[in-house]
Amino acid sequence: MGLTNDTIKSKLTEKFGDQVSHFDEPYGMLSFEAPKEMNLKVMQFLYDDPELRFTFLTDLCAVHYPDQQGRELAVVYHLHNLTDNIRIRFKVFTDINSPEVFTATNIFSSANWMERETYDFYGVNFVGHPNLKRILNVDEMDYFPMRKEFPLEDGTRIDKDDAMFGR
Amino acid sequence: MSDLIHHHIKLPEGSIEKQTTTLNLGPTHPATHGVMQNILELDGERIVSADQTIGYIHRAFEKLAERRPLFQITTLTDRLNYCSSPINNMGWHLTCEKLLQVKTPKRVDYLRVIIMELARIADHLICNSIVGVDSGAFTGFLYVMQYRELIYEIYEEICGSRLTTNIGRIGGFERNFTNTAFTKLEKFLDEYPGVLAEFENLFTRNRIFMERVQGTGGISAERALNYGFTGPNLRAAGVDYDVRVHAPYSSYEDFNFTVPVGSTGDNYDRFLVRNQEMWQSIGIIKQAYEKIQAFKGAEAEVYHADVPEYYLPEKKDVYTKMEALIWHFKIVMGETEIPAGEVYHSVEGANGELGFYLISDGGRTPYRLHFRRPCFVYYQAYSELVKGAMLSDAIMTMSSLNLIAGELDA
Repeated sequence: MGLTNDTIKSKLTEKFGDQVSHFDEPYGMLSFEAPKEMNLKVMQFLYDDPELRFTFLTDLCAVHYPDQQGRELAVVYHLHNLTDNIRIRFKVFTDINSPEVFTATNIFSSANWMERETYDFYGVNFVGHPNLKRILNVDEMDYFPMRKEFPLEDGTRIDKDDAMFGR
Repeated sequence: MSDLIHHHIKLPEGSIEKQTTTLNLGPTHPATHGVMQNILELDGERIVSADQTIGYIHRAFEKLAERRPLFQITTLTDRLNYCSSPINNMGWHLTCEKLLQVKTPKRVDYLRVIIMELARIADHLICNSIVGVDSGAFTGFLYVMQYRELIYEIYEEICGSRLTTNIGRIGGFERNFTNTAFTKLEKFLDEYPGVLAEFENLFTRNRIFMERVQGTGGISAERALNYGFTGPNLRAAGVDYDVRVHAPYSSYEDFNFTVPVGSTGDNYDRFLVRNQEMWQSIGIIKQAYEKIQAFKGAEAEVYHADVPEYYLPEKKDVYTKMEALIWHFKIVMGETEIPAGEVYHSVEGANGELGFYLISDGGRTPYRLHFRRPCFVYYQAYSELVKGAMLSDAIMTMSSLNLIAGELDA
């Protein structure tokens, strides 16, 4: 267990300077973000560095923050160093009007379907992906259903009065 | 590819435009065990390429979860890997507990371990016996099914349902284990090892079975890691990664068990690893049961943490006690404080690392919930696994990967 969050953080800042930012440790997991153009460089560095060795992509997903102008969509990578058994969370933010993010499929084969899923639900356009098409939803769908502008229940329903209960 | 074609097919002169056969396997083919479609390009019986279509039973759980309070999401997790729902349920409770910083008593942890290991046995049991069925051996499947039934009866005794269990609550269990549950557990621990041994006798050194599964559907450790394999499939390839050991939850650190690994990552190794894991699970359940029996007096009655602000009170208390009524109302109406934060928690599901990435903005429902479903991640390797294999081996590979359509499609 040589590797600690502090070591990772200092190695990242040494390599990328101010480009990597927003370091945080919610519930013990080191979390940071980088500009979206940098995502592959950061992940390749994390993968190749003999000390860091983040060679396992645990999870990849997107989050929609409609209120953050210019950085509405976040792509979140969970990476795992199996040797030192330490996880990190890496985020890139993108404008929803040009949701282009480089694909991680050249580093991780597992990113293929995860990125397809992310595209399917959030419309993140992974540049360079070998087969970027919908995976769980029907091909004819013309919107990205997990975005926050699609509420689950019909907002026009009038037969329910939620004024008293719930938030 | 052209080598393959010229080698295997001898065609009458001038008779052909297309040299391979397209076969649509699934989505409702009896050998696919779930709604999964594969469009195979075949050269004779050999597979040139496989193109998977998934999503037939997609139910938008992640979207649904954004409108549900935490305790209502448990029922969604049931329907992910429905062969081992209790593990999913516990994984979800543990995620919530991590977010809410609830500490569960040891007895609760051990009870959970029992339930999770029973679920693991039930899941491996199905998977391994189905591998048998697909190779033509139906007996093993029918035989061990009795013991899955017994496991289901134990679930039933604890939570009232069998398949989609909705077992446990945030902070513990909805009720204490009954004596019947423990009696049935004893019966299981007593009888199942003999049955498992017989099941192994039937298959492990069975020449016909070995010929079918050895050397098919193999993957190297390096490729498996790159493809995000976890669970028995990764361990069969020789990587000893197990969430129970690497990031112990629910007091797994208190138990002695080994992590079985294979070497070739083929169908046979996956089968063996699962069988070995069942033996380990039996051992873990025995240890947990001993630990539970060691609790005496009031401690032996503990089945949930003392966190009234998150733990749904028992119904009879809701009807008779003021406090319980207030908490019940607050929890159900979403008036309890949920901290804002981001948490990732994973458990060792029966087929791999089942992760929950939960973002809370302090509201009543999650802002975002993402399930890391192990078989969604590793099913994409299927086309690489079956390339160049025979069609019949592809069927075996699919069943030995332990794909569960509910989890695949979420």
